[in-house]
Amino acid sequence: MVLQSSLKNCLQLSCILRTPKAGFGSTSGGLIIQSISNDVYQNLAVEDWIHDHVDLENQQVLFLWRNSPAVVIGRHQNPWQECDLRLLRQKNIKLARRRSGGGTVYHDLGNINLTFFTTRKKYERMENLKLVVKALKALRPQLDVHVTDRYDILLDRQYKISGTAAKLGRTTAYHHCTLLCNTDKFVLSSVLKSPYKGLKSNATPSVPASVKNLFEEDPSLTCEVLLDAIAEEYATQHHIDHHITLINPADETVLPGINNKTKELQTWEWVYGKTPKFNISTCFNMVYKDSVLDVKVDMDVKHGRIEACNMDLPEQWLPPALCSGLVKSLIGSKFCPKETTRLATTLLRVCPQDGELHNRWNLLCENMTMLM
Amino acid sequence: VCIHRVRSCSSIHFIKSKYVCVFDKSALKFSHQQRLFRTSAVSCGQIVQFKLSDIGEGITEVTVKEWYIKEGDSVSQFDSICEVQSDKASVTITSRYDGIIRKLHYNLDEVAYVGKPLVDIEIDASKGVAPEEDVVETPPMSHEEHTHQEIKGHKTLATPAVRRLAMENNIKLSEVVGTGKDNRILKEDILNYLAKQTGAILPPSPKSEIIPPLPKSETLPAAPKDKARKIPAPVSRPIVFSGKDKTEPITGFHKAMVKTMSAALKIPHFGYCDEIDLTQLVQLREELKPLAQIRGVKLSFMPFFIKAASLGLLQYPILNASLDESCQNITYKASHNIGVAMDTEQGLIVPNVKNVQVCSVFDIASELNRLQSLGSAGQLGTNDLTGGTFTLSNIGTIGGTYTKPVILPPEVAIGALGKIQVLPRFNGKGEVFKAQIMNVSWSADHRIIDGATMARFSNLWKSYLENPASMLLDLK
Repeated sequence: MVLQSSLKNCLQLSCILRTPKAGFGSTSGGLIIQSISNDVYQNLAVEDWIHDHVDLENQQVLFLWRNSPAVVIGRHQNPWQECDLRLLRQKNIKLARRRSGGGTVYHDLGNINLTFFTTRKKYERMENLKLVVKALKALRPQLDVHVTDRYDILLDRQYKISGTAAKLGRTTAYHHCTLLCNTDKFVLSSVLKSPYKGLKSNATPSVPASVKNLFEEDPSLTCEVLLDAIAEEYATQHHIDHHITLINPADETVLPGINNKTKELQTWEWVYGKTPKFNISTCFNMVYKDSVLDVKVDMDVKHGRIEACNMDLPEQWLPPALCSGLVKSLIGSKFCPKETTRLATTLLRVCPQDGELHNRWNLLCENMTMLM
Repeated sequence: VCIHRVRSCSSIHFIKSKYVCVFDKSALKFSHQQRLFRTSAVSCGQIVQFKLSDIGEGITEVTVKEWYIKEGDSVSQFDSICEVQSDKASVTITSRYDGIIRKLHYNLDEVAYVGKPLVDIEIDASKGVAPEEDVVETPPMSHEEHTHQEIKGHKTLATPAVRRLAMENNIKLSEVVGTGKDNRILKEDILNYLAKQTGAILPPSPKSEIIPPLPKSETLPAAPKDKARKIPAPVSRPIVFSGKDKTEPITGFHKAMVKTMSAALKIPHFGYCDEIDLTQLVQLREELKPLAQIRGVKLSFMPFFIKAASLGLLQYPILNASLDESCQNITYKASHNIGVAMDTEQGLIVPNVKNVQVCSVFDIASELNRLQSLGSAGQLGTNDLTGGTFTLSNIGTIGGTYTKPVILPPEVAIGALGKIQVLPRFNGKGEVFKAQIMNVSWSADHRIIDGATMARFSNLWKSYLENPASMLLDLK
């Protein structure tokens, strides 16, 4: 049962979160909370907050959340390698980097996220996933779902319906996983396909898998039904009331300091700047008037910024001084189409005023930004 | 006075000691007992190998993904040292000790083993893990003197990491209650002090609960009793500001702006300012706004300003020109590509509306809408950002009246519009009325444009806007 959120609920929540020994009814073993927000950054910030501030010695926490369309990459991944950033920008799909490891996933409102918070000692992913499978089987005994040794949940032995990731701190840990109820698979597959060629990196790669929605197996399995079933199973196993407390990730009184965490997760420095060092070595063709030109580009990117850059253009197509000027300006600049466009167009103001030159310059810059 | 001190230590890990400075002159009297004062340059501690602890789930190896510290950094207990990854789990490894990092055993992306050394940390001499054989002997002073001397000489005990934390938060160590050994100030003490200051609710400390503030009520009753006492003279404390300067390199777009603005500086600018009465235009816009809304376009004042400028440029084409680098030739541009300076999150960008000379006010408004939404999404393309011939900057949306705008090369003129204010003015009959006044500040390249040309252009532009009906006569 989901209670309406009220001030009373929130205050009691803050009491529970900070002084676990002050019991509230029979919640001494665990707590189930659900976010009222669909903003991926706010929800990831809640995970951070609980991880940093809640004493989980005497109670564990289950956090339920859903996001509006977003791509979430793992802590040590490379967004250029994992998804089609151009498509994301076009479709206004958010990009977030979470603090846990693992691979890239696509979230929308048809996907539910479950986070299991425990002390570091009680960190046990298999147990959590078995709980989810048990809940699913209790709902629909005929469902063929099982947990693999890679911590995935498979439907019908072949379709992935859940992926897992975890974060371990000094005293606390969390394990979160997704569950595909009714996600747009078309958007999922197009967005998780990287168009960027020539990338060399040590970032954690994702392992692609065929996916299926639980909804396709049984149309009566909606997100609400599934959330409720999982909460029920968690409540049973932890000997607590089946009571879900709603939580507002923007409320500073309940979660002091949360808005700073949300902001940090949205910064360019976190989302892109935390990408491990990589190299992009590629070539592209430019069609200009009646000819096709080959351009070779080699760039080293560290902390999301261009550390080294080499450009090979047909001789004299653009004045060499201009090209080297562009290359020099790119060094230290963000590996970002916005930044590169602004940089290039500003530099054009101090170039000789020649329409032909401008057209060539713009063409080159547009092609360069396509790499980002 | 500096004394070279050699330590003998039975522990296997030790390093050569460096110079130790003794400040306490009274200690010179006691040849055996010395008071050592640790400065940040001193390093004479014991090196401990911090091993990678058990991750759980039977995991024996992990990959090092990020180092948060480097060799030579000082760390305090619970500071993050590095991030390792194992099978979809990201683990933050925190320090068990206070000290200085002396060695990192792995590079990025290398495999680290549970139970093997991860980093070498040099522990503070005064706060080591192993029993200390080189204990500092303090001269036999009374406790009050000891404390007094500490506060006077700022000798409060705290590790470098704790001092740094205090400094970053503008906290005086002498005001913090230390709860460690010998009243040593710990990281928790700083955090508690901060909590008291800001009233913030802090995470439950792993060691102890928040210490309640020293009861002030004890001192209050004393004051009213003692009426004979005068008001105590305020103690003037020197204001200590311990913020640090931050230097970062100029990169990317800012680097390009440096180049552009340096080139702009070479242009001899002259300015011309005027006041425009927009009372009639304000009324006209109110009437036209809903019509534009029906067609899905938001109508601001800018489309009128831009169109009026283009009409003016038809009469004074030299303002829509460009001077080549050698100042030998002027090119009169046929297209009026009027740039509009926009303020975005990332700073200034100047997209331009192409061929205003053949656009209607509605066309311009619609194009502006497109540029504005692309601009705020950060998706403006090179075509929209290049090819401008004349620029208008509406700084008035933020504020200001008169300004001195800088010409954007390769253009030769720019106009900056102040905010619209309601001011009293005299009408034709000598009566005072409420006028909507806006100021405009023009800058032009004095190498090819003279004051008279600028003034006449400005007057023409002004007349179109003060009497919008007159635009009808010259609209193409």
